[in-house]
Order: sequence, then C-alpha cells, then structure tokens
Amino acid sequence: MDVRIWTYLLVGATFALYIGIAIWSRAGSTKDFYVAGGGVPSVANGMATAADWMSAASFISMAGIISFAGRDGAVYLMGWTGGYVLLALLLAPYLRRFGKFTVPDFIGDRYYSKLARFVAVLCAIFVSFTYVAGQMRGVGVVFSRFLEVEVNTGVVIGMIIVLFYAVLGGMKGITYTQVAQYCVLIFAFMVPAIFLSIQMTGNPVPQIGMGGEYQDTGKTLLDTLDGLSRELGFNTYTDGQKSTLDVFCITAALMCGTAGLPHVIVRFYTVKKASAARTSALWALLFIAILYTTAPAVAVFARVNLLKTVSETSYAEVPDWFKNWENSGLIAWVDKNQDGKIQYLGDGAALAPMPDDPKFIPRFDGLGDDAARGDSGERLLLNPPTDAANELYIDRDIIVLANPEIGQLPDWVIALVAAGGLAAALSTAAGLLLVISTSVAHDLVKKTFAPNLSEKAELVLARCAAGGAVVIAGYFGVNPPGFVAQVVAFAFGLAASSFFPAIILGIFSKRTTMAGVIAGMICGIIFTASYIIYFKFVNPGGELWWGISPEGIGSIGMLVNFVVTVVVSKLTPHPPKEIRDLVDRVRLPRAAFGEEDAGPVDH
Amino acid sequence: MEDNDLPTEAEKERYWRKNLSWLGGLLAVWFIVSYGCGVLFADQLDKIRIPGTGFKLGFWFAQQGSIYVFLVLIAIYVKVMNRLDRELLHGGND
Repeated sequence: MDVRIWTYLLVGATFALYIGIAIWSRAGSTKDFYVAGGGVPSVANGMATAADWMSAASFISMAGIISFAGRDGAVYLMGWTGGYVLLALLLAPYLRRFGKFTVPDFIGDRYYSKLARFVAVLCAIFVSFTYVAGQMRGVGVVFSRFLEVEVNTGVVIGMIIVLFYAVLGGMKGITYTQVAQYCVLIFAFMVPAIFLSIQMTGNPVPQIGMGGEYQDTGKTLLDTLDGLSRELGFNTYTDGQKSTLDVFCITAALMCGTAGLPHVIVRFYTVKKASAARTSALWALLFIAILYTTAPAVAVFARVNLLKTVSETSYAEVPDWFKNWENSGLIAWVDKNQDGKIQYLGDGAALAPMPDDPKFIPRFDGLGDDAARGDSGERLLLNPPTDAANELYIDRDIIVLANPEIGQLPDWVIALVAAGGLAAALSTAAGLLLVISTSVAHDLVKKTFAPNLSEKAELVLARCAAGGAVVIAGYFGVNPPGFVAQVVAFAFGLAASSFFPAIILGIFSKRTTMAGVIAGMICGIIFTASYIIYFKFVNPGGELWWGISPEGIGSIGMLVNFVVTVVVSKLTPHPPKEIRDLVDRVRLPRAAFGEEDAGPVDH
Repeated sequence: MEDNDLPTEAEKERYWRKNLSWLGGLLAVWFIVSYGCGVLFADQLDKIRIPGTGFKLGFWFAQQGSIYVFLVLIAIYVKVMNRLDRELLHGGND
C-alpha cells in the first residue's frame, strides 16, 4: 500500500469516528449545546480541553517555528503551558462556581451591566474569529499535501466536516469528539518523534533523547546542531536572538492570553463542580505537556536531519520528500550560482516577496503538469531572487508534516501525521465555532436583544450561528492573514488585553466597578489591536516601541487594561451590595452556603 | 448537610486568606521558574550543563523544565484546595 491509500484510509476512518460520535452524542437542549450538560468527567474534560486548545498551530507549526527560531521558540512552549497555572489557580474554579454558560455571562452579571456584557461578546467574537482563521488554513494545508487537492478545496472539505459535528452535537458532541481527536493527534505526534529519537540518539524518550549523544559521534545532539548552524551561517541554536524584554512580553501575552481565551475558559463550565475544574486543568496540562515537551525535541531532530540532508546536495540527488513538498509549494529552490547544488545558508531569505504582496509566499510559475521547470528540473518562481547566497526557501510547517519522510519512516506513519494534523485543526476550529455561536445566540440575541426567546428557538439560532461562523472562518482560511501560528499569536494578545484583567479583578477585587471594567477592556483591546494592525499591516518593519514585537504587545495592553480598570473603579462608586455578595459566593464552595451545586443554569 | 453545620464567617474568612497565601506562594514559584530561570537569568544558567546531557540549564528550563514545574504547581494546588475545602465543610466536599 502506498502513502496515498494509507492516508485515505486513516483520514477516512478518523472522520467516520468523529461523525459517529457526533451522532451518538447530539445535543437535545441548550444546556447540552453550550456546556455538554455540565457533567463531563475531569479526565475526559482534560483530554477535550487539550485537543480543543492544541490547534493546527501547536501540531503543525510549533515544532517548525522552534526548529527555525531555536532558543527563542521557548516563548511558545512556556507561554502556551504557563497559562494553565493561571487558569487552574485564578480562574477556572471561580468561574465554574459562578455557574452560567459563558464568559460574557460572568462579565455581564459581575459588572451589572448589559454594556459590559456587550463589550465582552464583541471581544469573544473578535478573538475567536482571529483564531479560527488559522485553523481552517491548517486544514487546507494538510489536505493539499496529503490528499493532493488544492489548499482551498481542503479548506472547504474541512468546513463541511466541522459544520456537521459542531452544528449537530454542540458542546456535547464536540467534547466527546475532542477526546477521540486528542488520542489521534497525540499518537500521531509521538510515533514519529519516538522513531526519530531512536534513530538519532538511541533513546526512545524524545525528551531525554534531545539531550543525548548524536549517533555515537561522541558529541551531543545539541552541540552538533550548534556547530552545524554556525558553519552554515545560521544563529547558534541554543542561543537566543530576541531581546530579553521582547521574550518576556511575548511569553506573558501568551500565558495570560491562554487564560483569557473564551473557548478554553468555557471548558471549565462543562465539569460537575469547582474542585473538578481544578483537577480538570491539571489533566489538561498533563495531556498538553506530552506534546509540548516533545515538540522541542522534534524541532532539534528535524533541524539536524534537514541541515545534514539538504545542504550542498545536488538537486538530482535530493530525497523524494523534497520534490513532493516543492510540488505542494512549501519548498522553493532557486539555483543562483548554477551549480545544480542546494546552498542552504543563514545569510538571509533566498527570494524576495512579490511587489504586490507584502507577505512572503513563494509564487510558482505554472501548476501541476504545467509547472515551468529549470535546468535541474526544479520549479521556477515568479519571485525575484535576493542577493543572499542562500538558495532555499522552506516553509516552517514542513518540519512536522515532512518529518516522517525526512526520517524515512514507514508509509503508515506519514498517513498518521496527516490524520493527526486534521484532528488538531478540526478540534480547535469546532471549539471556537461553538464559542462564536454561543456568543451570538445566547449572549447577543437572547440576553441583549430578545430575552423572551424560547429554548427551542435559541437552539435553532445557535446552530445557524455555528453554520454562519464556519462560512466566515472558511473565507479567512482561503484568504489567510499570515502564517498559521502568527495569526493565533494575535488572538492571544487580544484575549490577554481584554478578558484576563476583567475576570481576575472581578473575582479578587470587590471594588472593581462597571465603569472601570468597560473602560479597561476597551482601552486594552484598542491599544493592542492598533499596535498589531499598525506594525503588521500599515507600517510593517517600522521602529517598534521598546523593541516589543506585535506578538508581545498583548502584555502591555493587559497592563493598560489593569491600570485603567483600577483607576476608573476608584473614581466611581462602590458596586452594589448584591454584587459584593455574588463575589463572596464565587470565592467559596457552594456547600459552604448549604447549597447543592447543580451545574450551570440559565436564569 | 444540616444548616447548623455550615461554616462560620470566621472560618470562611480563614479559608479565603489561606487560599490567597497559597496562591501567592505558588505564583511566586511560577514566576521565578518561567520568567526567572527561562528568560531573565537564562544566560547565567546556560553556563551550567545538566550532567550527562547536552542541555544547558537555562535552555532546559525554557524548553522543558518550566513545563514540568507548572504541572507540579497545579497538582499541589489541587491537593491543598481539596484539603481546605474539607476543613471548611467539616469533612464534606465541594
């Protein structure tokens, strides 16, 4: 059996499984649709949270980004795991005790204001759309490579699958589908990692192999990589390039963003009680940590393999994977010195962007069988070459997708990675679409405009909203605003600068008022969004403030939000007594007031 | 649970204070490990190598160690809060 048949088989089998689960666990009530009935066991919820949250960016792009960034890639590793400490300690148990459906519910009730709720809804929708665009693109990339369809066709196929189980199953369907998706994605990530670790270091545990000796050369793997990198003019792998302040800010923005992401927070509404919310956060981080401690190891293995295989190899002799990925448009080679060999050097990009396209995406001359070919048989590009001696463009996403081929692993492993990438992208997309549909149906329509809406009508509306959201997400997937992981990084910055301070202050400070939180959220998100839009789209490459990159500005936006909220709160009258009582009740177990915790209810 | 078995105001106050001091302690460790060892003092720590491996210590904290510590922190908090819950509720649970 060749790779293609394996891929159809595995992807088909997993899709059938997801759809089967969705039909089995379809939602009958709004409570099922929004919070899976509020009775999901901690371990299952932890797994679903992990799948919900590990996106196409975590699965496909992260190891690649680390592989190219070296040391600095740690911002993603720490940033996307450290947030769970904040979640477990500062947010999840309290929000669970509060016992409503959504984050805007909490903001709206705690800050006794429809306006605050409305601002929160807008923030939730904005953050979720920013994030979901990257997921659909990830689906498209996987489809295009492994099933040999156009990226855009892949996006459409992904849309239909997500639409099916998100619309039918709601949170209940999504939760149990995500448990299955977690198993698929972690298996798919670990198998190639373990194979590679054994090949390169003789140790089956990638986390340990990463620090081990490279193929009995007497040198450690990391020293070998540092040496190779320096030789070819790349930065030393284990040394950082970004400024300490920038690394600090990006890490903080990602951590607080994780804790402020509506689709992550809502997961803790689905468990039975507050203590289960804490346990659930522990399980979630454990399941996430398996992938997150393996990814830096994969990054190192792949980088060494790549530099060893490609550098100074003649195009005629490169392995098949190189040409396969060139055909998918993720590798581009231009033979600047006409020697027929690939020079892969660290002296800059090989190709210049097209004049009409500020983002760098290689444009090839012709498609498929019509592709224009150069003297060695390489695909020709429309992009002009740069003056740098480097001749190779490699898309970061390749590191994970092509790893099994680069490591010459069996065909079924390659197919498994395709299924895993799709599981990661689909699970996150579904979780986000649910937040969007909940925001629209529950927070916007029911709570703001039409309080008399019946439950049945609300459920229909939620399903329509999910459908609409899929279509918009698909549009962004076809016209992506940047690399998958970068788009996601923005969502984190925006979440950090809007929700995180509002929720923390809502729980830990009774003095925080309606006016304070509205002003804070608006200032935070406007500051962050303007900085990102200005330095990414209006004036890319401009002089950054204090050298903080757009990915890290969320942490400054968060400080702005905190300061504005606290100052405005001081200047406005105390919140009413019933709000202070509400905060007291959120701080203590329900049973301390002689009440049962019956799960989220719609008042 | 009978009404007369409900915790007193003083007990509730104590529960929240204890919660806050545990939060403070655990978050201090969280900050020191991630931002301290992984970012601010990483260069100094890089001079040390973990014996028998290729890991420089700062690099290891940034790409591996901090994640393990995060897990331990949450595990401690889960245990502590379950105990505090039991104390507050006189043996019942949340």
